[in-house]
Amino acid sequence: MRDYETFFRTNRLPHIWCPGCGHGIAMKAIAKAIAKLDLDQDKTVIVSGIGCSSRASGYMDFDTLHTAHGRALPFATGIKLANPELNVIVITGDGDCMAIGGNHFIHAARRNIDLTVILFNNNIYGMTGGQASPLTPVEKKATTAPYGTFDRPFNPCEVAKTAGATYIARGTAFHAAPLVDLIAQGIQNKGFSFIETLVQCPTSYGRRNKMGSAAAMLKDMSETVIPLAAYNRLSTEERNEKLPSGVLHTDVFPEYAAEYAKIIKQAGGDKA
Amino acid sequence: MSEARLMQGNEACAEGAVAAGVRFFGGYPITPSTEIAEYMAVNLPKVGGNFIQMEDEIAGIGVILGASLAGKKALTATSGPGFSLKQELIGYAAIAEIPAVIVNVQRMGPSTGQPTSPAQADIMQARWGTHGDHPMIALSPWTVRESFDVAVKAVNYSERFRTPVIILLDEVVGHLRERVELPSAHEIEIYPRRMPNTTKAQGYKAYTPMEDLVPNPANFGTGYRIHCTGLVHDETGFPSGSPKVTEQTIHRLHEKIMRVQDEITHYDEFFMDDAEIAVVAFGGTARTAYAAVEAARHAGQKVGMVRMMTIWPFAENVMRNLAKRVKGILVPEMNYGQYVYEVERAAAAQARVVSLPKYDAEVFTPDEIKQAIEKLAAEVAK
Ligand SMILES: Cc1ncc(C[n+]2csc(CCOP(=O)(O)OP(=O)(O)O)c2C)c(N)n1
Ligand code: SF4
Repeated sequence: MRDYETFFRTNRLPHIWCPGCGHGIAMKAIAKAIAKLDLDQDKTVIVSGIGCSSRASGYMDFDTLHTAHGRALPFATGIKLANPELNVIVITGDGDCMAIGGNHFIHAARRNIDLTVILFNNNIYGMTGGQASPLTPVEKKATTAPYGTFDRPFNPCEVAKTAGATYIARGTAFHAAPLVDLIAQGIQNKGFSFIETLVQCPTSYGRRNKMGSAAAMLKDMSETVIPLAAYNRLSTEERNEKLPSGVLHTDVFPEYAAEYAKIIKQAGGDKA
Repeated sequence: MSEARLMQGNEACAEGAVAAGVRFFGGYPITPSTEIAEYMAVNLPKVGGNFIQMEDEIAGIGVILGASLAGKKALTATSGPGFSLKQELIGYAAIAEIPAVIVNVQRMGPSTGQPTSPAQADIMQARWGTHGDHPMIALSPWTVRESFDVAVKAVNYSERFRTPVIILLDEVVGHLRERVELPSAHEIEIYPRRMPNTTKAQGYKAYTPMEDLVPNPANFGTGYRIHCTGLVHDETGFPSGSPKVTEQTIHRLHEKIMRVQDEITHYDEFFMDDAEIAVVAFGGTARTAYAAVEAARHAGQKVGMVRMMTIWPFAENVMRNLAKRVKGILVPEMNYGQYVYEVERAAAAQARVVSLPKYDAEVFTPDEIKQAIEKLAAEVAK
């Protein structure tokens, strides 16, 4: 197996992330998943939006695309359709994916286009200094929710499921080894795959909410996020305090680019 | 030439784009541009291309920029409200230097306005709609046949300069049906996708400008492993915070187009030899203006017409010279007065420049323009 470190643009490092930021762990898991699957480096594209998380694309040695805030998925869709042989992996943040990019998210899932989306969920707008996102839990503080949030957050995995994603998983920066497998399985799924990855943002989220150091935030994650089977054994009340991890959902549905190839054939364009 | 066909402007525009090599369309339906999407849905798969209806107009431009980066010539089409939504990513295409064509079949605004009524009120938006300094190429056809030609030019310019190019159709030309003879494939000159001219081993950098100031970033999937971003970047394609790089980048983006401005300024002159009054018009309005100028000529007025196809970059030299040749310039346009400000600036008081705006959701009648010609002729004769 190829060393995952060769998938980084070492001349672009050090990265811009704060000490203790969880984004690096999630990025490393992606590189390891790519190494594990032995994907062709020249046929793999990383697409991201805007945010601290989305800066990951620049550090990875593939064709990489750092788009506009919320717009990674339309760009990724165009790349996949224009050249279906490419593996297209999308890195996005909770604001990028579920707020400004929410509409693109549900529609990309609905099409079941073969993209692997890894949401670096730090429950906050990190890059802009700690504003509330649609994934900020109720009562947590943010610069734009100084008295605590009261608007209900999305459960992004449930959104993905309802919208039609055919592979959905949740992992965390604490459980880094299983995260690699969850991402690898997502890449292997021929359809829209979604991996919510919980990561810590000590700077813009942890500090304001008195969650302690990055290590303390990781420890918290290790207690809150439990394997799906264990989660399923809990009572409804107990579930309120926990989140299930692992593969949460799979489905089988025709993939968009493959279906369009059939349209081209039907129209005679395969001979053009 | 192929045989004559009865066609709509929108259809001719779509056909021209495909003839120029467009193989990817993404968009969202909106009157009066929808025929372009419908044409693409039918015809692109026939030539191995892709059509995709996206969830909104932002996605419509995002998807074509992705496709373009992956090597396909790509186009999106929209009208007023959708054109507003596309603005951020038009700027993205400008700074990341991604070839793409955006068709705006103008309709009356602002907002939902008069959805099925003609207008030419997006002239300034086409130039300045996206934030920040950026160059812009915008072309506006006045006939069905020219809608085809403009589409070919737009695709070619987008590839040659690696920049977004806007086609400013209006409802008049977009929905007009005319008999046209279109050129056959071998008569059309196509600008191919630019390719890297060095290898990675030779030190290839994705954003090194070539002699014509345009870089050759490789298509995704071809082994170059480039980085593309909307942040200011240096020749490597990676972000740079340097004031010098920033200044050079903004300057180069403009210069790569402005250095050949005369070459890409397309216009026609009619009855201009002895003209003392010039009507400057474009798009659907130019059709009416032509009839008005002809009628005024018959009535003995020394009036001519300059019909602009290239709207942006603004035809600075053409207008400056025009102001030296005539006493008065009349600018009819289906808006509250937009293009006229540029004409006035270039004329620099060498000729009297008069605006003839129209914003009642109707097209000009030849008589309205003829009367304005007569009024201006009387004024400058004093
Ligand atoms: C259209 C637009 N709106 C707002 C912004 C400002 N902005 C940049 S990043 C960001 C939020 C990033 O949060 P998230 O996606 O959660 O990523 P994180 O930084 O936490 O990794 C915002 C609002 C922008 N760049 N573009
Ligand atoms: S602000 Fe938060 S998300 Fe951004 S780099 Fe710092 S720790 Fe990471």
